[in-house]
Amino acid sequence: MERRTFLKIGAGTAGAMLVPVFGNAIAAEDMLTAMPVAAKKALADVALNAATKAGASYCDVRIGRYLNQYIITRDLNVENVTNTESAGVGVRVVCNGAYGFAATNDMTPDGIAGAARQAVAIARANAKLQSEPVRLAPVKGVGEVSWATPIAKDWRTVPIKEKAELLIAANKAGMDAGASFMQSMLFQVNQQKYFASTDGSYIDQDLQRLWAPFSATAVDKASGKFRSRNGLSTPVGMGYEYLDARKEDKIKAAGGVATLYTKSYDIIEDARAAGRDAKRKLTAKSVTPGKYDLMLSPEHLYLTIHESVGHPTELDRVLGYEANYAGTSFATLDKWESKKFNYGSPLVNIVADKTTPGSLGNVGYDDEGVKTKRWDIIKDGVLVSYQATRDQAHIIGKEESDGCSYADSWSNVQFQRMPNVSLQAGKKKLTPDEMVKDIKKGIYIVGEGSFSIDQQRYNFQFGGQLFYEIKDGKVGQMLEDVAYQSNTQDFWNACTAICDERDWRMGGSFFDGKGQPPQISIVSHGSSTTRFSGINVINTARKIG
Amino acid sequence: MTILTQEQTKHICDRALSFSKADECSVAVTGSRNGNIRFARNQVSTAGLADDTSISVTVAFGKRQGTAVINEFDDKSLEKVVRRAEDLARLAPENPEFMPAVAKQDYKASQTFSAKTAAIDPDFRAQTAAYAIEACKKNKLVAAGFFTDGTSFSSVANSNGVYGHQEQTGLDFTCTVRTEDGRGSGWVKRSATDANRFDAREAADVAIEKALRSVDAKALEPGRYTVILEPAATSELLGYMLFGFDARQTDEGRSFLSKKGGASRLGDKLFDQQVNIWADPWNPDVPVLPWDTDNLIARKRMDLIKDGRVNALNYSQYWARKKGVQPTATPGNIIMAGTDKSTAELIASTKKGVLVTRTWYIRMVDPQSVLLTGLTRDGTFYIENGKIKYPIKNFRFNESPVTMLNNIEEIGKPVVIGGDEVPFQMLIPPMKVRDFNFTSLSDAV
Repeated sequence: MERRTFLKIGAGTAGAMLVPVFGNAIAAEDMLTAMPVAAKKALADVALNAATKAGASYCDVRIGRYLNQYIITRDLNVENVTNTESAGVGVRVVCNGAYGFAATNDMTPDGIAGAARQAVAIARANAKLQSEPVRLAPVKGVGEVSWATPIAKDWRTVPIKEKAELLIAANKAGMDAGASFMQSMLFQVNQQKYFASTDGSYIDQDLQRLWAPFSATAVDKASGKFRSRNGLSTPVGMGYEYLDARKEDKIKAAGGVATLYTKSYDIIEDARAAGRDAKRKLTAKSVTPGKYDLMLSPEHLYLTIHESVGHPTELDRVLGYEANYAGTSFATLDKWESKKFNYGSPLVNIVADKTTPGSLGNVGYDDEGVKTKRWDIIKDGVLVSYQATRDQAHIIGKEESDGCSYADSWSNVQFQRMPNVSLQAGKKKLTPDEMVKDIKKGIYIVGEGSFSIDQQRYNFQFGGQLFYEIKDGKVGQMLEDVAYQSNTQDFWNACTAICDERDWRMGGSFFDGKGQPPQISIVSHGSSTTRFSGINVINTARKIG
Repeated sequence: MTILTQEQTKHICDRALSFSKADECSVAVTGSRNGNIRFARNQVSTAGLADDTSISVTVAFGKRQGTAVINEFDDKSLEKVVRRAEDLARLAPENPEFMPAVAKQDYKASQTFSAKTAAIDPDFRAQTAAYAIEACKKNKLVAAGFFTDGTSFSSVANSNGVYGHQEQTGLDFTCTVRTEDGRGSGWVKRSATDANRFDAREAADVAIEKALRSVDAKALEPGRYTVILEPAATSELLGYMLFGFDARQTDEGRSFLSKKGGASRLGDKLFDQQVNIWADPWNPDVPVLPWDTDNLIARKRMDLIKDGRVNALNYSQYWARKKGVQPTATPGNIIMAGTDKSTAELIASTKKGVLVTRTWYIRMVDPQSVLLTGLTRDGTFYIENGKIKYPIKNFRFNESPVTMLNNIEEIGKPVVIGGDEVPFQMLIPPMKVRDFNFTSLSDAV
């Protein structure tokens, strides 16, 4: 019975959200101190030596310090500022062909050696129940190296007051523009991760991430109706510069219906637009159900990619390791082996990577010390590969790991997690405004909404933030109560046009859950605006009471 | 970890409170030991044990609040953590909605501890996994599952004289059993405070039977069906709905309990007459702490839905003061009244219908009507003339729990079901519901 700690943001059905909180509360200024690399190496060597001496054939050690700062605001008030720190060591070993893992927050040589010996003891016990020994794809030691998220402004150096004032200014802008209520948040993460293994790697990484979501709610008490519009930002693997709101990073959505953002975000401008949109939603036309051509913006499509391509191509799901929780996958090994499984139309090229700057998945090395890379998952519509870690590579004939192992904490064991999985831009020149011209009866969807998919990733249903009717080649009025429902293979085979690289950008998820006990991961998904033809749209309006 | 005794934690709380120079101070000393074992593909994949003990101190100067945490309990550490909380409070922005610490509360102890659960060791966990794995191997089936158990204590105190101490135990077991060819899948979940009420064999056998019976599912047309929903099929739907029982959201017009003209549905008959839902920290099947860990208000029995009427809403301290009413403690459990009828009896009285083992990936589609979408999973069957006729393919549904609780035909005997994405311990009956809205078919097994 895992008693997870959550921060409850908002109450009630309108905007309730539970976010996991790790670590202990500390002062903001304490976040700027760091443990010297030489000290980390010395501690890592203690673990490697203790494990080897106890009989391990392989050992890796992860020394982690995880810092989070969450700022939560409601209307014109700061509700909560939380600074947390969690530090400790996780030791993973292979002994007698089985894994063992132990973790401790006792960062003394004795504490760490003890954890290493405990990991070996657990591996010996697990070996008795093991039918297939662990086979790790080879990794060449890289010696002592370091990597850091490329950032311009470290969020830890920006005063809390300045950040809180920015959120309150956004809330005020939303309320002035028509929202009855606003809620905005700033999630900031710094992970100081040191990895060492008996392969001869000592990797020091400093990772930064940030997310600034908000929600604007408009209420019409006379009719009893309420509607919300969430922010259109994306979580990023960047520093505080993401909130610089540079002019050159703003683009217009098709038909000029919204302002969208690329490398930086104007939260005040978006909040103002959200206040207007939320109010407009109260009287928007309710959609007529039926088949439509959908034009999906990257701010929306990222989540559809995540659920319908990202998760089903995780090799551990395909093999059945997640059967009891997240589920298995329709993208079975026989489909991949056939080399002709039409996952999508020939326009569909999906690439996995952990190298795109600014993305949530971007690191130099994964949590098994594998240098990160980029590889094809779907090529010209055909399933060509999966996401594999060191112990899985041999199952699909790979000589090396894909470098997508991750643990959300020093205290949890690393396992296969989704890298960035992205739809490549169209090869023909095409802008969103040009795409609209060819659509007779369609809906343009911007931003993510409700999402649900079955445990093998066939049947899904997605909502959105903003919906606009497309009629005879023009973006028209706002629609409401829209959700589309499809089957993964049918949907991707209905992909009929993709805008070119000028329109390509990423969306992402900050709290992606998997595993038991559950672990949270972060992942980005890129795409350009994309058209899917003849998709089933349902009307979600209901009356109660 | 050492589970600290009441005397030890009382001493720690008193010492920490004595160091505070702030206007007010609240402390929480907590500790837990959680063990788990995970298995898949008929073998154990991971097993672990995690300990944690800490003290959290929250202080306030006026409307400025600060919190700090430490995991050492000597006087020097306790003074350090109090000073740290005070430093943070002085730097914090003033919170216009700040509410002072609660006055002395009367906490009536609940039976949240079981010695049998606290004694669970690695052998017990391994045996639980081993039974499922061996039974599956014998039946040419594949098991995947997770067993987790925990023992913890919680001590709370504040500078107004509040003090409470209680120990808790709990366990959760889930097991998914699939046929080797992937055409059948069954599932079971068991939760308990007391390990005497947990039987690993009984649990695994349920999942095995469902897996064997679910092979060769036929496709039924989506549409409105009479359904028998096992407790795991409705627990999350109810949880989502009960999040909306919040007075502030309702008064602000942004809950499904807000109505035209700005009034609330409090007192309205929104559900079928048979529906009674309440929270009760002392219920012996789903006992929870007798206080709300966020605000230290003593929990009481709280009747949320009485004879189909919306009977009570949650009031935060801030909103209660604004409205001139008493604040409430957030419920830790949810109990729904039932009968003595088994699921089998509900099936026997059904002419045509669908039996749903569980629902999955439930998301809010429209908070205005609490319209939820999700799918059936791991055992969906067609019922005809009181008997299970054959397995059917899974459905996606788009349905509001408000509508569901209006369309109740029959209710069975409540069983314990732990929350998954909803943080409540629940005691919920199987229900027979007419016109449940299945909107599309899924090929997923």
